[in-house]
Amino acid sequence: MEKWYLMTIVVLIGLTVRWTVSLNSYSGAGKPPMFGDYEAQRHWQEITFNLPVKQWYFNSSDNNLQYWGLDYPPLTAYHSLLCAYVAKFINPDWIALHTSRGYESQAHKLFMRTTVLIADLLIYIPAVVLYCCCLKDISTKKKIANALCILLYPGLILIDYGHFQYNSVSLGFALWGVLGVSCDWDLLGSLAFCLAINYKQMELYHSLPFFCFLLGKCFKKGLKGKGFVLLVKLACTVVASFVLCWLPFFTEREQTLQVLRRLFPVDRGLFEDKVANIWCSFNVFLKIRDILPRHIQLIMSFCFTFLSLLPACIKLILQPSSKGFKFTLVSCALSFFLFSFQVHEKSILLVSLPVCLVLSEIPFMSTWFLLVSTFSLLPLLLKDELLMPSVVTTMAFFIACVTSFSIFEKTSEEELRLKSFSISVRKYLPCFTFLSRMIQYLFLISVITMVLLTLMTVTLDPPQKLPDLFSVLVCFVSCLNFLFFLVYFNIIIMWDSKSGRNQKKIT
Amino acid sequence: MAALTIAAGTGNWFSALALGVTLLKCLLIPTYHSTDFEVHRNWLAITHSLPISQWYYEATSEWTLDYPPFFAWFEYILSHVAKYFDQEMLNVRNLNYSSSRTLLFQRFSVIFMDVLFVYAVHECCKCIDGKKVGKELTEKPKFILSVLLLWNFGLLIVDHIHFQYNGFLFGLMLLSIARLFQKRHMEGAFLFAVLLHFKHIYLYVAPAYGVYLLRSYCFTANKPDGSIRWNSFSFVRVISLGLVVFLVSALSLGPFLALNQLPQVFSRLFPFKRGLCHAYWAPNFWALYNALDKVLSVIGLKLKFLDPNNIPKASMTSGLVQQFQHTVLPSVTPLATLICTLIAILPSIFCLWFKPQGPRGFLRCLTLCALSSFMFGWHVHEKAILLAVLPMSLLSVQKAGDASIFLILTTTGHYSLFPLLFTAPELPIKILLMLLFTIYSISSLKTLFRKEKPLFNWMETFYLLGLGPLEVCCEFVFPFTSWKVKYPFLPLLLTSVYCAVGITYAWFKLYVSVLIDPPVGKTKKQ
Repeated sequence: MEKWYLMTIVVLIGLTVRWTVSLNSYSGAGKPPMFGDYEAQRHWQEITFNLPVKQWYFNSSDNNLQYWGLDYPPLTAYHSLLCAYVAKFINPDWIALHTSRGYESQAHKLFMRTTVLIADLLIYIPAVVLYCCCLKDISTKKKIANALCILLYPGLILIDYGHFQYNSVSLGFALWGVLGVSCDWDLLGSLAFCLAINYKQMELYHSLPFFCFLLGKCFKKGLKGKGFVLLVKLACTVVASFVLCWLPFFTEREQTLQVLRRLFPVDRGLFEDKVANIWCSFNVFLKIRDILPRHIQLIMSFCFTFLSLLPACIKLILQPSSKGFKFTLVSCALSFFLFSFQVHEKSILLVSLPVCLVLSEIPFMSTWFLLVSTFSLLPLLLKDELLMPSVVTTMAFFIACVTSFSIFEKTSEEELRLKSFSISVRKYLPCFTFLSRMIQYLFLISVITMVLLTLMTVTLDPPQKLPDLFSVLVCFVSCLNFLFFLVYFNIIIMWDSKSGRNQKKIT
Repeated sequence: MAALTIAAGTGNWFSALALGVTLLKCLLIPTYHSTDFEVHRNWLAITHSLPISQWYYEATSEWTLDYPPFFAWFEYILSHVAKYFDQEMLNVRNLNYSSSRTLLFQRFSVIFMDVLFVYAVHECCKCIDGKKVGKELTEKPKFILSVLLLWNFGLLIVDHIHFQYNGFLFGLMLLSIARLFQKRHMEGAFLFAVLLHFKHIYLYVAPAYGVYLLRSYCFTANKPDGSIRWNSFSFVRVISLGLVVFLVSALSLGPFLALNQLPQVFSRLFPFKRGLCHAYWAPNFWALYNALDKVLSVIGLKLKFLDPNNIPKASMTSGLVQQFQHTVLPSVTPLATLICTLIAILPSIFCLWFKPQGPRGFLRCLTLCALSSFMFGWHVHEKAILLAVLPMSLLSVQKAGDASIFLILTTTGHYSLFPLLFTAPELPIKILLMLLFTIYSISSLKTLFRKEKPLFNWMETFYLLGLGPLEVCCEFVFPFTSWKVKYPFLPLLLTSVYCAVGITYAWFKLYVSVLIDPPVGKTKKQ
């Protein structure tokens, strides 16, 4: 294949954009006493390097959990430890116990940024490239264009290289999981996904589709024969990988419980800060957090989440297909993001990843979603002084999508995957022919609102009575968009195989 | 929606390429910038706050105005926009002033002026004959050419990281070349005259323009064998050309002539007091010459031919001072470099005169002029290699032979720009961008000429691959060795000598191919 040099070019473009974004400021730069996520990651290196494993998750005189206590699963801790060893080699001051708090320097920033780039280069980027190569039914050129768009997705770049986090690791593992499971290497896939969960507990958003898809596969093979063998193998893989990751914490009951308590801080409330989900948006009208007791909030959010993802999951168990799997990943993650307990604005990346995977199938809607998801991060990015890179990378991503997929020509019902849905609606409502037109107008309205809101947030000062006016508006608008997408994705999932059957009948 | 579709232009790859690189330039805003940033800020301040009569006399800052008048006027116009960003940057006494608004303004002014460059590239792409139209867009010469020009590594790092305004100047040059290709000679001459009064470094290629216009425009016809028909000389054309050049020069230098300041202006423009080589040796003939001198002196010392007391100290300790003193070989004077340059340029000019090959011949002569002056010029800056690289891009997509020379020239030339960026955060950027451009240029041209013989022989391949280990040694291994203190100049020396070999080779190969090429007149017109 002569065109593979273009894939190299695409990866290099992705890396260049990543590194240039990383030259900008990071979260909490020069803001004592708490700083931000950058300091959190540095602090974890300090803790894991200087304290024995048993003390990592416990409050002690050396480990003040109020100051960025470790609240991610063991793999993150191991990763921090690994980075700490490198840091120790370069400059021991960076991870000295106590004295290194709030350490900031150009060299240290360079080091931290490099660790992100290396993790990304080792885990996420190869997964993206391989995923695009494994796509079926499209030309090499389209595969490369697809890789370009996924690698340029601004949300992930801005959070990892601007704000500072290691999302590309957990998302990369999840992507390896998707790859494995859809290529029928189920054991490897589930191993990769277990690693993802053990890196960031938020990956649980993706766990149900994985579970349902694999279970569906077992059912399909027959639970009495091959299916059962597969099920046992899968269960063993999952248990083994969990045990391996958690080995140091299984020695005592209290250890395990403490880690779990750190991972799922139920007492932190329904939501913090501003996040574009239902609860935060609903908060504008009714202060739920003050009215309902906490355990009712928990039950309520659980019920809503469960109900909203149930149909898609049942469908996936009954008809497991790798295409349906990807769509279910989107809708489940989106349900979790919108309805579940203690959601962070950055968790939208967990929805964006599977949306990136369906970019080549429904380019118009995916691009739209990815734009909205980046927009929903705006308050966070503005706080980190990342306006310039955000605008630039978003525009670059948009241009890449427009040129590689010509998205504006793909707005027919067929290409939006809404054909069978509108056919079934038309049985009852014959005048239902405006769906495609309507979606185009919605897109225009949505984009114009986002642009206007961005401009307003940047240029205008909010009224004194409502200092959070713009960030609440951003969250509210994004939430409306996300609700619409939840409905849309559920529709395509539910009407998917019908169209497949219809097509078969026709042909 | 329909309007959006048209605006976004589904098949409009050119605007996507141009917008893409513009966005990349925006991302480069927070990168390191060199003292040239302060130079241009100072010029903004000078032109804004002082009367014209003071422009070429002002010397508060060490970075005095040393570009021709049009560039000063350009800064003057910019300063009237700059005052809305930050008034303080326009104060002559505010040395090294760099607020975030100043940074934004200066960076955006470069990015904005590049619009001219993008337009010029667009025009150039029209002049390329698309006889090799492949089915795939990415295999079309026009596409490849526009990537090679728009995403040029050298321009990106020199303008948007190091900080200079080369983009729009090269835009003017490419536009004038495009006009000559389109047979709009007067416009081409006008644009080039304007360009000369923006930045006088383009004087290097002026001989090619002069001879080409005289031979192919002022003489309206050729004999059947391609030689000159003396009676076809058109006085009207000569006079109109002269008038254009004269008027442009009058507009530029007139005010200073009136103020009786021309000698002062010229002394600023041509500072012959500087050394033979720039602080870092540009990879040209003199770099090889200096290196040879150094090697000979070391050998001489070892074999006791030379007396250590007679050897100047500077040449042994750093080797990179501005005034390089030769120990064995004769020292070089400005006059000697001028003569060498003229001798190097002459054959290509003769070729242009005696076997005119239309605009393509002109372009090759222009590249040769640029390269020859780079090879032998006085105080040549490594950035000057772009003067040869950009016009050569136009040639590279048309002929396999030129493509091979182009690839060697650009790869080594671009690599020689690496020492411009020496800060750690920019290290990944320069490596990534260099890889991006090099891999693209080599692979795409290989694909374009896949039916012809391979672009490189084993020696060339070996040489180009050698750049990788060289980079690793210079930037990753060397800083950790004990030599870092003893021979701090060694990486720069190695880089410039290694690159000088490649550029000399490319120059030689291009010269040979120009000299032995049969005149077009003989083959085509008969």
